[in-house]
Amino acid sequence: MTDTAPAPETTRKDWSTDQEVRWCPGCGDYGILAAVQMMLPDLGVRRENTVFISGIGCAARFPYYMNTYGMHSIHGRAPAIATGLALARPDLDVWVIGGDGDFLSIGGNHLIHALRRNVNLNLLLFNNQIYGLTKGQYSPTSEVGKITKSTPFGSVDQPFNPVSLALGAEASFVARTHDMDRKHMQATFARAHAHPGAALVEIYQNCNVFNDGAFETITKKANRDDMMINLTHGEPIVFGSEGSERGVAMKNDGSLEIVDATGGTDGLLVHDEARTDPGLAFALSRLAAGPSEPTPVGVFRAIERPVYMPVTGSSSGHNDLASLLSSGATWEVE
Amino acid sequence: MEPVDLDRVIIRFAGDSGDGMQLTGDRFTSASAMFGNDLSTLPDFPAEIRAPAGTLAGVSAFQVHISAQEISTPGDQADVLVAMNPAALKSDLHHLRSGGTCIINSDAFEERNLEKAGYESNPLEDDTLADFTVYQVPMTMLTKESVADLGVKPRDAERSKNFFALGLLSWMYSRPAEPTLDWIGEKFAGKEKVIAANVTAFKAGHAFGETAELFDHAYTVKPAELAGGTYTNINGNTALSWGLIAAGQLSGLEVFLGGYPITPASDILHELSKHPQLGVRTLQAEDEIAGVGSALGAAFGGHLAVTTTSGPGVALKGETIGLAVSLELPLVIVDIQRGGPSTGLPTKTEASDLMMAMHGRHGESPMPIVAASSPSQCFFAAIEACRIALKYRTPVILLSDGYLANGSEPWLLPDVASLPEIEIEHATEFNHTDADGNPEFWPYLRDPETLARPWAVPGTPGLMHRVGGIEKEDGTGNISYDPANHQKMVQIRQDKIDGIAKDIPPAEVEGDADADVLVVGWGSTWGAITDAVSSVRSQGHKVARVHLHHLNPFPANLGEVLGQFDRVLVPEMNMGQLSRMLRSDFLVDAKAITKVMGIPFTSSELEAEIKEAFND
Ligand code: SF4
Repeated sequence: MTDTAPAPETTRKDWSTDQEVRWCPGCGDYGILAAVQMMLPDLGVRRENTVFISGIGCAARFPYYMNTYGMHSIHGRAPAIATGLALARPDLDVWVIGGDGDFLSIGGNHLIHALRRNVNLNLLLFNNQIYGLTKGQYSPTSEVGKITKSTPFGSVDQPFNPVSLALGAEASFVARTHDMDRKHMQATFARAHAHPGAALVEIYQNCNVFNDGAFETITKKANRDDMMINLTHGEPIVFGSEGSERGVAMKNDGSLEIVDATGGTDGLLVHDEARTDPGLAFALSRLAAGPSEPTPVGVFRAIERPVYMPVTGSSSGHNDLASLLSSGATWEVE
Repeated sequence: MEPVDLDRVIIRFAGDSGDGMQLTGDRFTSASAMFGNDLSTLPDFPAEIRAPAGTLAGVSAFQVHISAQEISTPGDQADVLVAMNPAALKSDLHHLRSGGTCIINSDAFEERNLEKAGYESNPLEDDTLADFTVYQVPMTMLTKESVADLGVKPRDAERSKNFFALGLLSWMYSRPAEPTLDWIGEKFAGKEKVIAANVTAFKAGHAFGETAELFDHAYTVKPAELAGGTYTNINGNTALSWGLIAAGQLSGLEVFLGGYPITPASDILHELSKHPQLGVRTLQAEDEIAGVGSALGAAFGGHLAVTTTSGPGVALKGETIGLAVSLELPLVIVDIQRGGPSTGLPTKTEASDLMMAMHGRHGESPMPIVAASSPSQCFFAAIEACRIALKYRTPVILLSDGYLANGSEPWLLPDVASLPEIEIEHATEFNHTDADGNPEFWPYLRDPETLARPWAVPGTPGLMHRVGGIEKEDGTGNISYDPANHQKMVQIRQDKIDGIAKDIPPAEVEGDADADVLVVGWGSTWGAITDAVSSVRSQGHKVARVHLHHLNPFPANLGEVLGQFDRVLVPEMNMGQLSRMLRSDFLVDAKAITKVMGIPFTSSELEAEIKEAFND
């Protein structure tokens, strides 16, 4: 149905609509929008073949700002709606936008099944660890003890780690990036786009109104080198303000730890995003228990797995309506 | 002796869930269909897949009405009851008319089974069956004996006893044996022992009837004089599935079904999943909400989108259906109604979702409702629901029910070439010019006639646009919180649905146009009303009837029609939902005749109610 000739050259402007962007000034969403709009011209894809589908929440306004086809749907259901579109129209590029409430709370079931099935979707999870649009309740990714309007004495329930959840849901592609690094976002989104099947990208996103600085200890420029572990496929996992003075190694019990790497990379874990077994990716996702510890970013897992598609056009059975109608036992009346 | 000719007969097969009564009934039905009778069936089975064997809860029954005349119901009371065990006799004897014939598997009437059925004394020995003609046949024993030489295990041998019963009944009513024998061969292909056992049991039952001197003679029911053509026996869910496929073919669109398994709708998902080569894609979604969500996504992508479910599923889908109302995309929601509320009676019929179809969404969210009236009519109802959805870019709810879903009747196959095309065009061009004279696309610029908005699907160059559940500005489709615009959009959405009245057939009065009493029906009550009205008329009373296939909007002339009668009776399998709509829309004193027992109206019940109206 879609034109498959090479896409015309585009610029960021071509991908932007004339709608006034209505996030709070300073919101991390602006940076994500810019990264997406700047990345798309590099992909060589057509605007008319691109669709953004969102649920409800601050992030869910995203489609209105993209000069593509788009749908701002209802809370939690974007992965389900996008699944139907992607199955009906495998010729399209379908992006799904949601926040932590949208994807992990009300829409959790749709997210895990989209990942499990490996529907060809690019899912961007804007994780700000708070409900923004409803004005500041704790979310399924808020840390324990979070004081909000709905948890005046501090939340007591264990949050989700989205990367761990996605890996548990059999995701074939899982990555993490953050709203303070446009280049990293662009590269990560482009990887997600190139991946056949469901690609989940968790984006640490700052909600400067209701949860300001939630990821600052990691994402602030001054902290990044010491607190962010950049995962690079095929390379030993190292980080640190001097480049590589610390690294990740596996303990005897199979868990991971951060070790001194000034003596070299011997004994350090080499990142392998293509490992079929998700165990190591999962262990990496558990390395940091909160934003106070060094946290891995980048692609945790990217494996090839069949992309889900319903059976189409099989040659068995009845090929026209008349033969279908008479496929049961029939008899003639004079 | 020559078989004695009967005009019609109603047979009820009853046994334990494990006894294969649905299959037995189904085979008897098929043979009768092939023989040329008109017929109508009513399967009646428990919700549990296997309730404890031998208990009342585990009884599964199948009623079939075969006739040499045209008929429209599975019949009120059975002429013949086949009871495979004490529980079946106990639970189903009240379905047998006084003086009827009871054929009993006497082997099953031993102490333990009698106890499980709650019989204190053996009904074969006391006066329980005094009003009936009883034939005690040791079916289990005779079946085992007949297959003894085949080397089948005793347990498997016993399993074939339903084929013995089928053979016996096939002899009794002079049914042709070939369709059943052929079917056994196909069904159990590769399992030679099973085929041999079933064929042998069937033949043994047949021979037993002929030679046992228990029965004076066999009967026959001559073929009915039906219109000429090719017939097939069809149930409502299959007809509905084929209607959806037909609508895809007639509109030239691919069909996408997003569904989640639920009784009694799952068979539609099963049937559509078999036919990818006819342009159908199916997704067994993770839940009901994803079923309708994925369908809506496919609708956005330009497919003929469908979701199939029953009442509990419609409740879950409500929010997404509301989104479809707002997005103004075509979507068909099939509700195979069952007893409610909550889990209610999953395998029993009811038609109590009309109010939910009408109002089960928040805000003002009008939606067309189409209702099917007989198993084969489900085919046309499905096409009609799709036609309205596609033409008006709206979600449409299609109501069927458990009785139509599983009940069957002979269907004169329509000439495929004569089915009207559903014309549909995806938008490909700009439809507006901006202030600077540049062409642009407005997703909510409507067709002045239908008020439908253009359907521009992703992949179409230049027409990129965003839609959403937030209120949209008339024309541009941009987000709008403007008070006057919201009032306008609510009105437009209402006018669009109301306007469909111009595009549907007028209500047709059948029977006596000058009668005082009008019976208004909808859905599966069609058959029982047809019989009841014709019976009352044959007794010299004047009665008219109207049967509605469109419940929102109503046919344009309905108010006028109702005004022509002094009394309006509305039989429905709920507490009076249509009658409430008629009263509120037309200020007529519509009187509901209600039944919520999980079983359809019998025509005699309705006949009595209609006659009551003459005495009021
Ligand atoms: S509430 Fe928070 S997340 Fe929402 S727009 Fe404002 S800053 Fe951004």
